[in-house]
Amino acid sequence: MPSPVKVQTAPALLVEDVHKSFASLEVLKGVSLSAEEGDVIALIGASGSGKSTLLRCINLLEIPDSGRVLLRGELLKMTRDRRGRIKPADWRQVDRLRSRLGMVFQSFNLWTHMTILQNVIEAPVHVLKEPKRAATDKAMALLEKVGIADKAQAYPAQLSGGQQQRAAIARALAMEPDIMLFDEPTSALDPELVGEVLRVMQQLAQEGRTMIIVTHEMAFAREVASRVIFLHKGRIEEEGPPEQVFGNPSSERCRQFLASHLDRQRNGMPEGQHAQASISF
Amino acid sequence: MNLSLVINSLPQLLSGLLITLEITALALAIGLALAVPLALMRLSKNFLVRAPVYGFIFYFRGTPLLVQLFLVYYGSGQFRPELEALGLWTFFREAYFCAVFTLTLNTAAYTAEILRGAIQAVPYGEIEAARAMGMSRSLLYRRIILPKAFRIALPAYSNEVVFLFQATSLVSIITLLDLTGVARVLVARTFAVYELYIAAGLIYLACTYLILWIFRRVEQRLFAHLRRPEAEKAKKLTGAALP
Repeated sequence: MPSPVKVQTAPALLVEDVHKSFASLEVLKGVSLSAEEGDVIALIGASGSGKSTLLRCINLLEIPDSGRVLLRGELLKMTRDRRGRIKPADWRQVDRLRSRLGMVFQSFNLWTHMTILQNVIEAPVHVLKEPKRAATDKAMALLEKVGIADKAQAYPAQLSGGQQQRAAIARALAMEPDIMLFDEPTSALDPELVGEVLRVMQQLAQEGRTMIIVTHEMAFAREVASRVIFLHKGRIEEEGPPEQVFGNPSSERCRQFLASHLDRQRNGMPEGQHAQASISF
Repeated sequence: MNLSLVINSLPQLLSGLLITLEITALALAIGLALAVPLALMRLSKNFLVRAPVYGFIFYFRGTPLLVQLFLVYYGSGQFRPELEALGLWTFFREAYFCAVFTLTLNTAAYTAEILRGAIQAVPYGEIEAARAMGMSRSLLYRRIILPKAFRIALPAYSNEVVFLFQATSLVSIITLLDLTGVARVLVARTFAVYELYIAAGLIYLACTYLILWIFRRVEQRLFAHLRRPEAEKAKKLTGAALP
């Protein structure tokens, strides 16, 4: 793989001054973030704050209007088309960088016409050109790890939501990505299925994987994240270690957001399990 | 009812059926091969790519098949010198070629339209997942979009196959001795109108049933991913499908 400009000290991911508008609505108003190897960054914020858009700008599922994205020091090259709109200069570079970013979606997005095992080996075999045998062995190990090895031959529709999301995590891990991106991975799940997915994610964090997680699970963010970023109306309002952001936020908006969120979580939980006292997954 | 006449005519009717099946198979095979690129071109963002295909599909869906057959078979005679210069006249003077040519383009147009709808119906999230894994455009089409689109298109396509199979009876009008053509000749000779057309009709019916049976088997195989074991169990227990 050709890897130009690789600086020794480059962070795993660097996002600089990203702007993104949909029609007249400016969703991101200049957001920067950097992730070191092993960082687990939780992106929190109200819906519409731009956290999902920011995540999707990192792997170019949304093309930012301006700003820079660097993966391990490699700049994602952008150019302008005839009408002056920004676009990737080289789609092969985009594809290559995407293959190094594992993405987990809110709605799983497994390929429903393939078995779970086929889902997991698809990209390693056809994008990374791994031999099918080796990819299958690796896939089975990953399915074992997320606890659904017995479902390898099942189709996505035959699995519960939690099982589907764990399969989607295995599918992303099979690419051996540098960074895992999670876009509200538990928001589409029944409450009793949230825990099994969060446990898998916590295990990944403990293994030292670099992860960026858009989430509404405050207890999880507090426990697992090394850094928490609070987005408000397309800007970073508050950023820091979880103790600081959750314990003593300097921004009034962040304080309000957390108060309303913790209230909601506490009310929805059985006694003695509320978010402040114990972790709920 | 003259049953012995029907029995005596069977070998001739079946030789006509052979022509019918040949024409159907050829038109379907070439038509499907053409339909895939046509559907992709129809979906192109480039107007110059999309417009001619749109026109082609519009024409073949918008005019009667019989008119298309006449146009190719009788109309090509007007351009005989040009076709001879291109070395194509040997083809266009044959009714068989004209029939296959017209039916191929006709089914290609319909199938392209079926495929276009199916491609657009592929769930966007699954396409995004493939792009997020670093799949190139061509890989994305080859591995995700087209395999899914073929499944989505299958029920509609089985309709198109049955339709085309029935429509081949029109080629008897441009002198081909397909199943209908043979029946017509025999009727003219024997005046046994009922017997022979009922016999021909029953043969069409049997073939249609066979086509539908094959598609049902293919669907069962390809739609395994949509069957939930629980739903099947419930069906067995209650004798009714779940809502």
